[in-house]
Amino acid sequence: MKETQVLLDHGSGGRATHELVTRFFAPLLSNPFLDAMNDSAVMDFLGDRLAFTTDSYVVDPVIFPGGNIGSLAVHGTVNDLAMSGARPMVLTAGFILEEGLDLSLLETIVRSMAEAAREAGVTVVAGDTKVVPKGKGDKIFITTAGVGIVPPGVSLGGQNARPGDAVLINGTIGDHGTAILCSREGLSMEGVIQSDSAPLHTLVAAILTACAHVHVLRDPTRGGVATTLNEIASQSRVGIRLFEEALPIREDVAGACEILGLDPLYMANEGKVLVVLPQEEAGKALDAMRRHPLGRHAALIGEVMADHPGRVTLRTRIGGHRIVDMLRGEPLPRIC
Amino acid sequence: MTLKYVDEFRDGTLARTILAKLKKQCAGRAPMRFMEICGTHTVSIFRSGLRPLLPSTVELISGPGCPVCVTASEDIDKAIWFASQPDTIVATFGDLLRVPGSRTSLAQERAQGADVRMVYSAMDAVALAEENPDKEVVFIGIGFETTAPTVAAAVTMANRQGIQNFSVFSAHKVLPPAMEALLSSGDLRLDGFLCPGHVTTVIGAKAYEDVASRYRMPCVVAGFEPLDILHGLWMLVEQRLSGEARVDVQYRRGVTWEGNTAAQRLMAQVFRPANAVWRGLGPIARSGLAFRDEWARFDATQRFSVPTLSVREDPACRCGDVLRGVLAPLQCPLFRKVCTPQNPKGPCMVSSEGTCGAYFKYAYDGPDLDLEEKY
Ligand code: SF4
Repeated sequence: MKETQVLLDHGSGGRATHELVTRFFAPLLSNPFLDAMNDSAVMDFLGDRLAFTTDSYVVDPVIFPGGNIGSLAVHGTVNDLAMSGARPMVLTAGFILEEGLDLSLLETIVRSMAEAAREAGVTVVAGDTKVVPKGKGDKIFITTAGVGIVPPGVSLGGQNARPGDAVLINGTIGDHGTAILCSREGLSMEGVIQSDSAPLHTLVAAILTACAHVHVLRDPTRGGVATTLNEIASQSRVGIRLFEEALPIREDVAGACEILGLDPLYMANEGKVLVVLPQEEAGKALDAMRRHPLGRHAALIGEVMADHPGRVTLRTRIGGHRIVDMLRGEPLPRIC
Repeated sequence: MTLKYVDEFRDGTLARTILAKLKKQCAGRAPMRFMEICGTHTVSIFRSGLRPLLPSTVELISGPGCPVCVTASEDIDKAIWFASQPDTIVATFGDLLRVPGSRTSLAQERAQGADVRMVYSAMDAVALAEENPDKEVVFIGIGFETTAPTVAAAVTMANRQGIQNFSVFSAHKVLPPAMEALLSSGDLRLDGFLCPGHVTTVIGAKAYEDVASRYRMPCVVAGFEPLDILHGLWMLVEQRLSGEARVDVQYRRGVTWEGNTAAQRLMAQVFRPANAVWRGLGPIARSGLAFRDEWARFDATQRFSVPTLSVREDPACRCGDVLRGVLAPLQCPLFRKVCTPQNPKGPCMVSSEGTCGAYFKYAYDGPDLDLEEKY
């Protein structure tokens, strides 16, 4: 059954999205910036290096524990810029509103966008608004684009991981995706699981100041840590091995995932960064992260290897090994 | 051995201790083949990377315990037919969406405009019916004895609330008759069953008594953590080596001999045993659940007049053999080449508990681990 139509799957951020991109967008729009397949394109501009990126947000519910679509639209784009080491400067925001949307809801969303932008030190310099008839959209869709400046000497990219590198993360895995799912499905666990949505650029700056040889930074959003590491493994043609007992996972997230038959490794994050850098610098990076409020639970979760290029594996608690593939199949529709 | 918390059940040191014991026990003994009946066991075994750690003489075979996988093509086609009816919402578990029927899948029908909703429980489907009084809501009831009581509960709730537009297509299955069918088919040589923890919390360990005594087949009910499974295997090996065949319970924190009688009553209140067709195993007497006459108005097949559908099976798909434990996924010519989770040819590849999917997703093909082992 070769697909002839777009399925919900194609928006999962996992394998199907990857296939959609490589089948249509990459070949038809090919150029060196796009082909690099990084979170933002880095280009020379009048002596500066600019990072440029865009992302759309279609989350349901639009307000969730720990944030809403407005703050998320700022954090997501700020983070995409931060992943190339850039200092985020300006954003644009496009809104697609569905006829019938509550204006007070819109106000709440725009207010928290403004607050998030202030906190992240970025200015929203242009915007656009369209309204579609009822039923032709789902409340509100936001597209943000952002520009940042990359400091001299910083060169990050998914193709830079090297055998012998360490893989770090700044905190617990799967919080955002699980929070969205629980609030959408009305599953209330003991206490409410909060999204980790947060701007990561100051944390990134701290890491880059402490360590001179960072190879890759990536935020594991849709598709989760598993899919993002698979992308890095295939871009860099290396193997990556995770250590199960080292993965920081909140107990309530683990519990919710267990009930729903999901794996936190595939759940979206909106305030996490994966750091790949030489083992020798891992200690310094962990120290720098743990001193930052968004990195208190930073951990070393894996290593880069020469064997099994393109493949992510997991050493389990009981000493077995298994594959950690990209997200495949029907995911949790529209979690970020 | 008493194990209390989930973390203990994942404890690496303890696992190595049991593995060492198991190796010692099996040294110099004839090979043994155990079947884990349940898909949740299968997935847990793969997720924990347990198979390659076992002594080479202990072989694990996956059985027909994935509810989506054993659903007959005809039933998938029926689910798709319901989705094609005007003003009808089909509510189903996510796994079922992508299972190919004779021509299409529920996911493809949804992309074409059919109203198919993914739900997490039958109660969600009742809520859908309440929110959409001008639509018919059909819940596709798939699952074993763990799911059937919750569906029965949803039906009784819909009844109490006077909801008129809710019905269930019952393709539920019960496990013990399938185990007997496997054993009497004769083409499968087995040394014991690793029985599922969750199903057994409902049906009680006594449900396997016939299998153990009539077929002289050791049965151990085990939980789903890697250590539960290891412990269960060790208990199976002990039984086999001492020449016994009885039902033992490893999963004592969840399972009793009688099971959950309240759930059994609820299930029996709404459903009665009925013959059912299993993918791979064919028709098995009293292995399904049909609505009792008093509840007929909740039965989707009576509420709608479902025509006879012409079912087409992909002859190349070997799911049936995989489900009977006579073929390993790697031996299916389509595995990984034509059949992938993205483009599945059979339910064993789609379902989150399917054996082919587990091989594809989790099996590690590193040089130190040999996955090409044959069944
Ligand atoms: S690999 Fe695909 S076609 Fe072959 S048995 Fe498994 S699901 Fe069926």
